[in-house]
Amino acid sequence: MKIIKGRVWILIDEQGRLIEDIDTDQIYHNAYLHITDISQMGQYALGNLKGYEDFPLKVGQGDIIIAGRNFGAGSSRQQAVDCFLALKIGAIIAPSFSPIYWRNAINSGLAVLRCHHLNDLVSNHRLESGDILEVNVHSGEAFNITKKIAFSIEPMSPVQLAIYLAGNLFAYGRQMVRQG
Amino acid sequence: MAKTIIEKIIQKHTQDEVKPGQIVWMELDLRTARDFGGPNVVKNYEREYDDEPVADAARTFFTFDLCTTGCLLRYADNQQICRLFARKQGLKVYDVDWGIGTHVLIEEGLAKANTTCVGTDSHMNLLGAVGCFGQGMGDVDITFAFRTGRTWFEVPETVKIKLIGQPDPSASAKDITLFLLRKLGTKVLAEKAAEFYGPAVESLSLAGRITLCSMITEMAGIIGFIPQANEAARQEIERFSGEPWLPFQADSGAIYCQEIEINVAGLTPQVALPPSPANVYDLKEVAGRPINSGFIGSCTNGRFEDLEAAARILKGRRIKEGIILRIVPATRHVYDECLQKGIIEIFRQSGAIVMNPGCGGCAEGHSGLTGRGEVQISTGNRNFPGKQGKGEIILASPEVVAASCVAGYLISPEEL
Ligand code: SF4
Repeated sequence: MKIIKGRVWILIDEQGRLIEDIDTDQIYHNAYLHITDISQMGQYALGNLKGYEDFPLKVGQGDIIIAGRNFGAGSSRQQAVDCFLALKIGAIIAPSFSPIYWRNAINSGLAVLRCHHLNDLVSNHRLESGDILEVNVHSGEAFNITKKIAFSIEPMSPVQLAIYLAGNLFAYGRQMVRQG
Repeated sequence: MAKTIIEKIIQKHTQDEVKPGQIVWMELDLRTARDFGGPNVVKNYEREYDDEPVADAARTFFTFDLCTTGCLLRYADNQQICRLFARKQGLKVYDVDWGIGTHVLIEEGLAKANTTCVGTDSHMNLLGAVGCFGQGMGDVDITFAFRTGRTWFEVPETVKIKLIGQPDPSASAKDITLFLLRKLGTKVLAEKAAEFYGPAVESLSLAGRITLCSMITEMAGIIGFIPQANEAARQEIERFSGEPWLPFQADSGAIYCQEIEINVAGLTPQVALPPSPANVYDLKEVAGRPINSGFIGSCTNGRFEDLEAAARILKGRRIKEGIILRIVPATRHVYDECLQKGIIEIFRQSGAIVMNPGCGGCAEGHSGLTGRGEVQISTGNRNFPGKQGKGEIILASPEVVAASCVAGYLISPEEL
C-alpha cells in the first residue's frame, strides 16, 4: 500500500486563487535547457513563477505541490518534470494537467494526481500551505492531518500505479520484458 | 458496450477494459522514429537496454523526412546515429530518399485500417485518413515502444462532427479543414478523438482525407477518422495496402461527449493568417495582401492531387517576377507520378523550384526558410512564429498558393 505523506505547498496568486496554466517555461526556464545532469536542475524549479522564485531553497523532500488546472502547459520539455524529481517532491496535485506533461511525469515516476475540488478546498481554507497531507494513491482517499479534514482525489490508474511503483517507465518495462 | 471507432481500435489491441478516461496497455503494430527525435530514442535505448533486441525488428522503422538533403551537420550526424543503430538491430530505414514518414507508411501498405502506430511526429495522427490509429509521442515513450512493442494510453472521448451542405466548387479539402479550425478552435477537440461524417468529407480523395486528418493536431485533438470514403479514395487505399479496406465503423449506440453539426454550404477559399492556424478568414476578406514567397508541400498538402491542383493554375502562367515558389512532393512516389504526368515540367516553366521529397520548409527544413519580414503563403499546417524561419506564414490551399504567387498578392484562383 503506497501512502504519500508530505507538507503542502499551494501555488496561489495574490488574490489567493490557485494559479492555472502554469507552463513549462515558468516551471523550468529555457535558459537552463543545456543542463543534462538531473541533480543540477532542482535549483531552477519554479524559478520563473512570480512569487515562487525561492521555492527550491524552502521546499523539503517529500513536499506536495498543489496547483491550478492545466499544470505543465506549453512545450514538451522533460526538464519540467526532472527538476521536481531532483528536489524529491512527493506529488503534484492539480485539477488537470497538460496531456504531454501528464505522460512525461508518469513515465518518469513523478506522482501526478488529479483532484477536481481543489479550488473549493483552497478558497475555503480547508487546505493551506504548511498543512501535512496524506494521500492513498490506490484508493484516492486524502486526509489533511493538520486540519483533520478528509477529501477525495482521483486514484492512480493501475497502469500509472505500476509505473510509479517500479520507479519509471524504463524500470517498469524491464519488469515487463522479464515477465514476457 | 457500444463503441466509437477509437474505442474499437484500442479494444482490438488491449486486454484491458476500454472506456473513456481509462488508461490501458495497447499493443503497437508499428513504431517509428524520424531524424528528429530518432537519435534521442537511440541514446535512451542504448542507455536503458544496451544490446537487447527491439521487440519486433520487422515492425520498427526509421523514417527520415525533416532534413532530406542532410544540409545541416546536426541532422546529418543524427541520421547517421540512427542508421548505425538500425544496422545493429536489423531495422529498415526509410532514408532521405523516401519522403515524409507518415505518407511512406501509407504508400508502403504498413499503416492499415484498424492498426496502431506511434512515432516521434506530432502529425502521426494523419494516419487516421486510412483508419489507422497513429499517434505522436516523445522519445521516452518511443524508446519504450521500440523495446516492448507496447504503450499505455488514456482512452479519449469522441466528438461526432457532421458536415452539412456542399462547399462551393472553388473550395478544396484545405479550405474545409481551415474552416473547421475556425469553427472548432483548439478547445473543442482538445484531448479528444473525432469522427467526421457528411458528403463534404466523404467525397474527398485520399489526399484530401490526409489534409483534414493532419490538422487535427492543430485543433489539439488526438485523432480524426472519416469512416466512409468515396470509390477513388477506397481504391487508392486498397492499392497501397493490398487488401480490402474495412475500417471499423462506430456502433449505433456509441457514446459521444459532443455531437456537432457544421454547415459548409457555399464555403469559399479560406486562409489562416499569423499567428495561429485557427486565425482563419474568408480569402475574400483579406485578398490583395502582398506576399513575397510561396510553399507547396508538407504532410498536409504534399500529395499528387495537391500538386496537380497547383499545376492546373500554373499551366501557361509565370510566377510573378521577384516571388519565389518552392514545391516539395511528399514522397518519391508522388514525385514519380508528377514526372510521369508532366506536372514537374509545368512547374519548371512557371518558374517554381521543385525539390526532392520530404517535409520541406518545416523546422530547419531543407527547402529553405523565411527571412525576417518575409511574408510566405504556404500549404503547411502551422503558422506559429518561427515554424518556417522568422517570416510570417499564411496558410492556404495549393490552388490559392499557386494563384497568389502568380499575382504577387492573396487572390482566389478564379480571380486570376
Ligand atoms: S511536413 Fe512539417 S508538420 Fe508535417 S510532418 Fe513534416 S515537419 Fe511535421
